[in-house]
Amino acid sequence: MVDFSQFLSGPSAGLRLADMGARVIKIEKPGTGDICRQLYVSDTRIEGESTIFHAINRNKQSYAADLKNADDLEKVKKLIRQADVVLHNFRPGVMERIGLDYATVKALNPKIVYGEVSGYGSEGPWKDLPGQDLLVQALSGLTWLSNNRDERPTPMGASVVDILAGTYLTQGILAALYRRGVDGRSVLVQVSMMEAILDFQFEVLTCHFNDGRQLPVRSRLSNGNAYIPAPYGIYKTREGYLSLAMGDIPKLATLLECEPLTRYVDKAEWFDMRDEIKGVLTEHLLGRSADEWLAVLQPADVWCAKVMDYKDLLDQVGYKVLDMELKVKTSNGLSLKTTRCPIRVDGGTAFSDRGAPLLGEHNALIDEQFGLGNFMS
Amino acid sequence: MNQLPLNGLTVLEFSQYLSGPSAGLRLADLGARVIKIERPGVGDACRRLSIKNLWVDGDSLLFHTINRNKESFSADLKSPADRAVIRKLISRADVLTHNFRPGVMEGFEMGYEDVAAINAGIVYGAISGYGTSGPWKDLPGQDLLLQSMSGLAYMTGNEKDNPMPFGLSIADSLCGAQLVQGILAALVRRQKTGKGALVEISMMESLLDFQFEFLTTYHSSGQLPRRSRYSNGNPLLSAPYGIYSTLDGFIAIAMVNIPQLARAIDSAALAAYDQGQAFSHRDEIKQLLSQDLMKQSSAYWLQRLHAEDMWAMEVLDWKRLTAHEGYKVLGMEQAVTTERGKSLLTTRCPIRIDGERLFSEKAAPRLGEDNEKIVMELLK
Repeated sequence: MVDFSQFLSGPSAGLRLADMGARVIKIEKPGTGDICRQLYVSDTRIEGESTIFHAINRNKQSYAADLKNADDLEKVKKLIRQADVVLHNFRPGVMERIGLDYATVKALNPKIVYGEVSGYGSEGPWKDLPGQDLLVQALSGLTWLSNNRDERPTPMGASVVDILAGTYLTQGILAALYRRGVDGRSVLVQVSMMEAILDFQFEVLTCHFNDGRQLPVRSRLSNGNAYIPAPYGIYKTREGYLSLAMGDIPKLATLLECEPLTRYVDKAEWFDMRDEIKGVLTEHLLGRSADEWLAVLQPADVWCAKVMDYKDLLDQVGYKVLDMELKVKTSNGLSLKTTRCPIRVDGGTAFSDRGAPLLGEHNALIDEQFGLGNFMS
Repeated sequence: MNQLPLNGLTVLEFSQYLSGPSAGLRLADLGARVIKIERPGVGDACRRLSIKNLWVDGDSLLFHTINRNKESFSADLKSPADRAVIRKLISRADVLTHNFRPGVMEGFEMGYEDVAAINAGIVYGAISGYGTSGPWKDLPGQDLLLQSMSGLAYMTGNEKDNPMPFGLSIADSLCGAQLVQGILAALVRRQKTGKGALVEISMMESLLDFQFEFLTTYHSSGQLPRRSRYSNGNPLLSAPYGIYSTLDGFIAIAMVNIPQLARAIDSAALAAYDQGQAFSHRDEIKQLLSQDLMKQSSAYWLQRLHAEDMWAMEVLDWKRLTAHEGYKVLGMEQAVTTERGKSLLTTRCPIRIDGERLFSEKAAPRLGEDNEKIVMELLK
């Protein structure tokens, strides 16, 4: 797989394919490379590069090439002739200018699967805007779903757009590889970040399309989902936080010994009067600790959980048995702890201890293995 | 499109609610034939689960959203006669998915080994909440609870807020999407080796993977992620990353150089900070920025920011989004029509193949709608 992508959306697709066994070669600009190498996050760095670059690009190789240099471009084209997949997330028109657009690449390699991630597709007024996670969240309506009613629109606090776009692109690439296995033909696969985040909202958008186009109304307190009745949400207790999913209100009233809740016997009220119900719960749950409430609720099969941060989580046996941590090593001998591929195949997990590559680390190897010429013999 | 990538493949879906069925929907949109195996009389429990009390032909709109473009075969997995029919179906299928709690499919004699004995080439995709061993294995795999347990609730909202979930089912959606990845990768391998595969994923592992940047940073720094005090957009990112109020609305500002931003909006207060302080002093910077941005309209600020090529955008709701030309050209909506002629509007598959959008008019099936047809096919 020849991967021209940068940052997160495309590279996260490359990571998944690498973990499932593909050889992923990052094509990077000499001197700087994937811009993510320099994206310092929370002032935490490894080998002068961001921790997230290392997390996203482990288990890959790096080939430095200046695509504006004719010799380098020729080598990359030679590599593409021998590749199965090409991947990029440049803005529309960039690959055309370089001369590596789909039509050109298909002519070089008629069996290529060509995957591209854009911000907003290749037409319309948004096509040249930066495909940036927060900005796509802001445009897509997603920010009106989290947090409480009287609060500002609130973004989801992780790169949900990048990750979903990368995930869907991987699906498309794999489906295309499957078809190629049947008919031997090249396939173009395209995903935009906007379409990915609209798809993520498919249940609530479909509701919007069919309910007279009403906008979502978040609950006033402990909003967990604008469309789900009380008690759905996270509550503060005397010590720690308690999460309550869908539940029967009178049953909760009994278990929690909360008299004011007993009057909500009509199921329809659990949605219509959710602010009131959540208000009662907010006050009542402060009376005991999360652990004390769980001791009452869990044996009664109420859907509830303690809210944990990473410190709490990583101590849990339930976390440890998943064996989710992975140690990787860079070629400089630096070691780094990250997470593994979440998919298990035939009962085993994919553990590769190969860290992220140094910029251009594999040029000589790739020149030699793919016969790209001008290499030292 | 004349040839969808997964044409010719048959998927048996023993899954309910969202995680497994969303995987089935994607496989169907990519061309597979997806047959839901449902309990007689009730079917997928999602048929009875409505949001906003919206129903279509007796099933919830929610069920229709997730299960369009599929067929339904009703069978009682506790009945030996029905099980014999299902075994026949399995012998002809390419993929099976389920999201029962661990042990349930084994109880029906339809665990991976049972199924592989019938059809060695099958790709068997299983979703669980928390994996198949350990103290959490029998807990309900429910989205909000998984978000709460996985640390994710400490990413959204501001520092002084309670932990805050994503207001959508991220664990379900992502886990279903990753199951599709595993299933398709296994199908690619099967083309070469003829071997089937067991593909397993839990919602907890999906959510941990989703947080891989945060977890890697935590492992390396030992510092818990901290949401900024104001306008938190992502605990790992420097000021100004977040959403701000203006005189008449809201704007989002992503990664932007602070001195440049100070110049673009003529802020004397912000000019006192250099880029090296963008993370360490982000609360102060964001607070000062909030005060400045309150003074003018969204359009005013966006014009100034865009003039300097800065990453900023207006915050839209669905009404304004769906009225926008940028949304309309995507062609993201599609109508599906039920057997009884009821039409509903939903979204399409987000993946384009060979430049074409993938549409399907086929609505979700009635419970057992395809029994007769499928039994006839099996007799052939």
